[in-house]
Amino acid sequence: MVDKVVELKNVSMNYHTLSGETKAIRNLSLDINNGEFVSIVGPSGCGKSTLLSLISGILKPTSGSILVNGEPVTGPSSNLGYMLQKDHLFGWRTIIKNATLGLEIQKKLNKKSQAYVEHLLDEYGLADFKHHYPKQLSGGMRQRAALIRTLATNPDILLLDEPFSALDYQTRLAISEEIWLIIKKERKTAIFVTHDIAEAVASSDRIIVLTQRPAEIKNIHEIHLTCNIKTPISCREAPEFRHYFNEIWKELDVHV
Amino acid sequence: MYSNEISKEHQAYIKKYKVRRTSIAVSQISLLVLFFALWEIAAYFKWIDPFIMSQPSRVFKTLVKLTADGSIFTHTGITIFETIVGFLSGTILGTIIAIILWWSDFVAKVLDPYLVVLNALPKTALGPIILVWIGGTASSIIAMALLISIIVTILNVYLAFESCDEDKVKLLWTLGATKSQVLTKVVLPSSIPSIISVLKINVGLSLVGVIVGEFLVSKAGLGYLIIYGGQVFKMDLVMTSVLILAVAAALMYLSVAWFEKKLNKMR
Repeated sequence: MVDKVVELKNVSMNYHTLSGETKAIRNLSLDINNGEFVSIVGPSGCGKSTLLSLISGILKPTSGSILVNGEPVTGPSSNLGYMLQKDHLFGWRTIIKNATLGLEIQKKLNKKSQAYVEHLLDEYGLADFKHHYPKQLSGGMRQRAALIRTLATNPDILLLDEPFSALDYQTRLAISEEIWLIIKKERKTAIFVTHDIAEAVASSDRIIVLTQRPAEIKNIHEIHLTCNIKTPISCREAPEFRHYFNEIWKELDVHV
Repeated sequence: MYSNEISKEHQAYIKKYKVRRTSIAVSQISLLVLFFALWEIAAYFKWIDPFIMSQPSRVFKTLVKLTADGSIFTHTGITIFETIVGFLSGTILGTIIAIILWWSDFVAKVLDPYLVVLNALPKTALGPIILVWIGGTASSIIAMALLISIIVTILNVYLAFESCDEDKVKLLWTLGATKSQVLTKVVLPSSIPSIISVLKINVGLSLVGVIVGEFLVSKAGLGYLIIYGGQVFKMDLVMTSVLILAVAAALMYLSVAWFEKKLNKMR
């Protein structure tokens, strides 16, 4: 069994516009292990989202190679599920129709996969809302529906691009806890881009700190929190929490 | 809820709202009645020449006469039919061309200056050309209506396509969608409200095209009645036709607006 599900080898990414060339990522190497929850933090605009787009295959790196499950990435693959900042549920589709969007696109919508999506919706508290439209749901429920849309195609690896940043603080705490539990329960590997240090420390096994653009790895923290119940909210009470938080905060070197 | 459960303040608020709504409606109707009454009186006392300005009672007589011989239905029917065909084909063809532009950014960039010029050009100036090329038939009139509505449709629908949420499109790419899936699953459905509002604009534009077309072709329709009436100095006929045209235009606009409301409710 391969433990490394994602491997980045000397990846660089440059953007070109008429006014010049932007180096987004420089010579970045990184391995993600199976079942890990890895957070990526860094100064804003440092290329965190670009990194996810590269792993997902919607962008191609300027140089270097990216392997997912040992295979080079050539384009979007159903091994990977992507979650964006907003839920982006389609207003003209019901929740179940939104949840099966990925299956529809990958032409995998059949009785079995439909039943799996129904099961996910039932399991995660959306049973009564299957035939509702997104605008009838609260922000937290919508985000859960978006996660189910991502899980529907049964990816092994989830790429989470600040998926809670559009929510208010209380909802955000509650939903990030819920989604963390779902990810653990479904045994997925998660790569989580955030600029919320506390959220990253509370939920991750590892935190990768990136430098200013062009992004390089500044430091990698293995997170070991002593808490009885290992969930993000209760782990915030661990004595080490503050220590990790301060260290990462210093590394981000924020000047305003 | 019983009325005694509503606070006095709220009652006063509701009453004020109702009074205002009624007074608006009453004013609207009075304005119309006043206009026709003044017109009638002015013509009756010869303050204005009824031969040139016509008169509501004469318009009514003309209307009865046209209804009796059934010609009013033929002409109104023709105008409405041409308008509907014109604006539906303008909207559909325009949307198809907008899809092509969305599909190929290169084509869009190449055609951009031509579209800008065609949009600025008064399409009615092309009327005589169409008449010569297609001939004095209903096809010419429909072509006129189509020409007037198609450019606006292309520009507006293309704009709607381009302003489709980039992240929604990105979501589809991450799911491995093809370009045609991006079109059918996100870009088109999210642009439906814009297409409907274009439909609303097109009813009016297409009617302009049809009337200009009927002026030129001069065979049938309300536009024909107006131009014919003008030429033989039958102002009663002109005024009657204009009034019918106003009603027909309003009805067509309202039915598209109703359709839009219905569709928005569904979403």
